[in-house]
Amino acid sequence: MFILSALRTCWLTFLHLFHKTETQQYPEQKPKLARRFRGRIVLTRDPDGRERCVSCHLCSAVCPCDCIDLQKSATEGDWTPAYFRINFSRCIFCGFCEEACPTSAIQLVPDFEMSEFSRQSLVYEKEHLLIAGTGKDASYNFFKVAGVLGAGAAPKTPKSLMP
Amino acid sequence: MSVVLGILGAVALLLGIVILAAVLTWAERRLLGFWQDRLGPNRVGWEGTLQVVADMIKIFFKEDWVPAFSDRVLFVAAPVIVMATVVLAFAVVPVTGSMGIAPDLNVGLLFFLAMTSLSVYGVVLAGWASNSKFSLLGGMRAAAQMMSYEVFMGLAVIGVVMLSGSFDLREIVRAQAKIWYVVPQFLGFVLFLIAGIAEAHRLPFDLPEGENELGAGFHTEYSSMKFGMFFVGEYAGIVLISAMVVVLYFGGWLGPVLPPVVWFAGKVAVFVAFFILLRAALPRPRYDQLMSYGWKMMLPLSVVNIAVTGALMLAG
Repeated sequence: MFILSALRTCWLTFLHLFHKTETQQYPEQKPKLARRFRGRIVLTRDPDGRERCVSCHLCSAVCPCDCIDLQKSATEGDWTPAYFRINFSRCIFCGFCEEACPTSAIQLVPDFEMSEFSRQSLVYEKEHLLIAGTGKDASYNFFKVAGVLGAGAAPKTPKSLMP
Repeated sequence: MSVVLGILGAVALLLGIVILAAVLTWAERRLLGFWQDRLGPNRVGWEGTLQVVADMIKIFFKEDWVPAFSDRVLFVAAPVIVMATVVLAFAVVPVTGSMGIAPDLNVGLLFFLAMTSLSVYGVVLAGWASNSKFSLLGGMRAAAQMMSYEVFMGLAVIGVVMLSGSFDLREIVRAQAKIWYVVPQFLGFVLFLIAGIAEAHRLPFDLPEGENELGAGFHTEYSSMKFGMFFVGEYAGIVLISAMVVVLYFGGWLGPVLPPVVWFAGKVAVFVAFFILLRAALPRPRYDQLMSYGWKMMLPLSVVNIAVTGALMLAG
């Protein structure tokens, strides 16, 4: 009988009064983000405190929405970027840049609170992106494994890396 | 002097109903929230109680727009009819033995039925005057629904009238001193409650509005305070139907220990909460199902109810 089933539905719905609510009261109650949460993008430094980024443009090339723009510095032997710009109004936080990066420089961190009143403020420059620490990859040091620092330096022969 | 007092009482009642209806909008959203494992509006004021004020401010500042293609006079009159009839019907509701505007009106029950019947004009005229498809469909549905459910609403309360021998609502309550009419008139109570839900066009009988098929049904074209009046009318209608159920079947203000007003308010609150629970729990029937429930089930049952009540009265 539909009357009985309707009454049963009413009763079951009523019992939900005593269930725990699913709502998270966001600004007061912060959500728990996983360590691998893909949020705001940062540029990290290696354990020696040098910038990890070597301006290889792989992140910018792999970016599906073309939101990364960078340029190697004009100084010879200095592989750090002269500018590094991410337009977060276009970024889709896919994490491809992080995967593409050979030096672990660009990383996504668990932080999503980056609202702004103007769209222009969402364009982050290098000084906004660069952090002091190593990020997720604490020990990796690119120049210990491949490449040589300094002016006129030739890349390491890959043969030395082979077993 | 008594005239002035009467007018003051009426104004107080009017304000009370409007405020109550406004508070109900908040209460409904909170309760619906809890029943859906959410929280509902809890930001403005203590536990969201000032949400009502915020909504009021918002709705007063909306543009009060009358569509160019509408029938202007009827368009403006429709929400007034809906709200006025509902508020007028409250005049005969006996809150306690002495409280109420005209609780001793000797045709109180008939007056209530008349006012609820009239309120359908507001809905139908709103649908007609809006001159748009969805509104017209909503208005048509309202007309058909009201016609079919009005019939057995009247027939369902006949049982109570037979038992108490009066159309005077105060007398009806007093006649329940020994036993509430919900016991001897259980079928009548169920029928009246269903008819009442249809009358207040609340879910599951909210076909005139049917927001997911008709936009907003008969009030699709309404904005600002004209919409607000429909809204207040609807919520006042819920309170009215709950109050009538309490008066007719649950002994009105009667009850031990606590003062009569508290008893009345408490019982009404339970039924209002039940109305909201229905909205949280039940889906809307199809239009033809609604009609066939009305004419093929409820109407025969209410006639049976009258016949059985009459037979039992003659026998006992």
